[in-house]
Amino acid sequence: MTETLPLWVHLVRVLAAFAFFLLGTALLIWGERRMVAFMQSRLGPNRVGPFGMMQTLVDGIKMFFKEDVTPGGVDKFIFGIAPMVGVIVGFLSIAVVPLTALPGMYPNDAGAIHVGGEVFGLQVADLNVGLLWFLAMGSIHVYSVVLAGWSSKSIYPLLGGVRSTAQMISYEIAQGLAVASVFIYVGSLRVSDIVMIQATGVGLADGVPNWLAIPLLPAFLIFVVSMVAEAGRPPFDMAEAEGELVGGFHTEYSGLRFGMFMLAEFMSVTIMSSIIVTMFFGGPAGPTFGLPVGIAWVASLGWFTAKVFFFVFFFVLLRAALPRIRYDRLMNLGWKVMIPAGLVWVLITASMVVANDGGSGNGRWVVAGAGFVVVLIAWVVSPILTQVSDLGHGASPDEHRTEEVVH
Amino acid sequence: MPTWIVTLLFYVALVAVVVAWLRGTVLGRGFSVPLRTMTRPVETFEYPESPKPVAPRFHGRHQLNLYEDGLEKCIGCELCAWACPADAIYVQGAENTLLERFSPGERYAEDYQINYSRCIFCGLCIEACPTRALTMTHEYELSEPDRQALVYTKDRLLAVLPEGAMATPHTDAEVRARGLNYYGGPAVTPPATKGGTTVLSASNRKFQRANQVLGELHDHPLPAMTDGSDEAAAQAGDVN
Repeated sequence: MTETLPLWVHLVRVLAAFAFFLLGTALLIWGERRMVAFMQSRLGPNRVGPFGMMQTLVDGIKMFFKEDVTPGGVDKFIFGIAPMVGVIVGFLSIAVVPLTALPGMYPNDAGAIHVGGEVFGLQVADLNVGLLWFLAMGSIHVYSVVLAGWSSKSIYPLLGGVRSTAQMISYEIAQGLAVASVFIYVGSLRVSDIVMIQATGVGLADGVPNWLAIPLLPAFLIFVVSMVAEAGRPPFDMAEAEGELVGGFHTEYSGLRFGMFMLAEFMSVTIMSSIIVTMFFGGPAGPTFGLPVGIAWVASLGWFTAKVFFFVFFFVLLRAALPRIRYDRLMNLGWKVMIPAGLVWVLITASMVVANDGGSGNGRWVVAGAGFVVVLIAWVVSPILTQVSDLGHGASPDEHRTEEVVH
Repeated sequence: MPTWIVTLLFYVALVAVVVAWLRGTVLGRGFSVPLRTMTRPVETFEYPESPKPVAPRFHGRHQLNLYEDGLEKCIGCELCAWACPADAIYVQGAENTLLERFSPGERYAEDYQINYSRCIFCGLCIEACPTRALTMTHEYELSEPDRQALVYTKDRLLAVLPEGAMATPHTDAEVRARGLNYYGGPAVTPPATKGGTTVLSASNRKFQRANQVLGELHDHPLPAMTDGSDEAAAQAGDVN
């Protein structure tokens, strides 16, 4: 899709994306503290501004003016760029998220912005590899944590960094598989196509939103779990784990650079919420309540914001409801549940897609059937393989236990 | 069926599924605990604006009480200082004179200091006080920028002068003219909360031992305050 829009349109989109996510993140930091507080039967920050909304601002000012300590012995260059990587990557990954409906989504381009004869949606860049871009940025974000932990030349940050490397790389696979089933289903990596199919396609019935979360429910569930792990949020906040690792990878950081880590962490909550909304809940798609074409974009922006807020609230609820999971269980969940489930679901999705529109003739049934057969075989064989591997170790887990007791 | 009804039904079904999950599954019930907490009033108090009410017998900072006519209850006996386990109280007694009477008895506290950087708020001093001159208020905001300011002297410890009362010193003649029975007579000036500015609620007052009045306050209306002239004193003397 080559666009021939004037420069100011691009500027407006960039500014809008910046404003939305920076403002959203600032409000999220305050909102999260307030919401967690109410979930814990207290009030939370309520001093600065109306309902304490300006708390993030004054916290930012505080961090700005605090001494920015660089401990002796650190790798100064890497120590300096690690927090920047997190923030920059965060901002880059929001480039593919559409905030309002895009042209062509509704009749008369309703939901898109009509200004000065131009029609456009608030999406910075509609890359043809949109979802891959998001995954790539997520991968680079790991470097922020790892480099911070490594360059600090200190034990706790190093442990935090190592933990988060393992965690993020593990869950990236599951996340990638969930995303894979989405683009197999849609047939495109382009975010606008994914949003479009959810806005215009007919789902279960006429009037029911064609959210991809309905046909791809397992992929959605896998993505939910892995996005929490990717964002490093409770109950998967092993990288910080203040009870065990002081502050994890950012133990040695202070002042503005610490603030950048905080910003990156909270921004990843907004980003993950935006991505999941875009992929599984139609992004800005929603009823426009018969608003005139010029103003309908407010409704679509409102839908997007409301959906994002729902998932932000979900993140906050997770933090209030769940204790931190043990590290080995985190790894077990990632490798033994999430990745196999993701693989199986990708295969099932592929089979369904092939069966649905794999061309005429019986070939598509063969291909689809093969997919299902593979899934079935895996389902039957994997318990046997587990048994065999246990036998290879000489004993079943129960016998292991008795052995230990004897010794 | 119109489209919007289908849409509405869809959202209703969605909410129903979420609610069913929250109520019906173990995991969901766990998640609904913080959600339920959100709907309840918070357990905390907004401290500077509306602090948590203290217990009726709360041990706050001290107050040196006054009789209704303005005389000090403290007789400078130093029992409080002796009782103090933290050695926080210093009392310097002095004799009342005919022209300068501060308290009904022989002596009064010329200097009375409580050092709040030492005080442990145990209340032994108020137990020791024979005239209920020393009681404790509900005030607990005692932080100061320097230690010297934590040494409270009489000017900060004395209760607020009662309505219509005269500041000490009184002359002996005035005091005699009033003819009040200070010991066992109507006790006066119940210790107020918050440094004498807030009046205790009725329920709190019930517990105030400093308020154990003997006799009725209104049976002995105070004579009009005078400037200590001889006529007034003579008049009062005639009544007696």
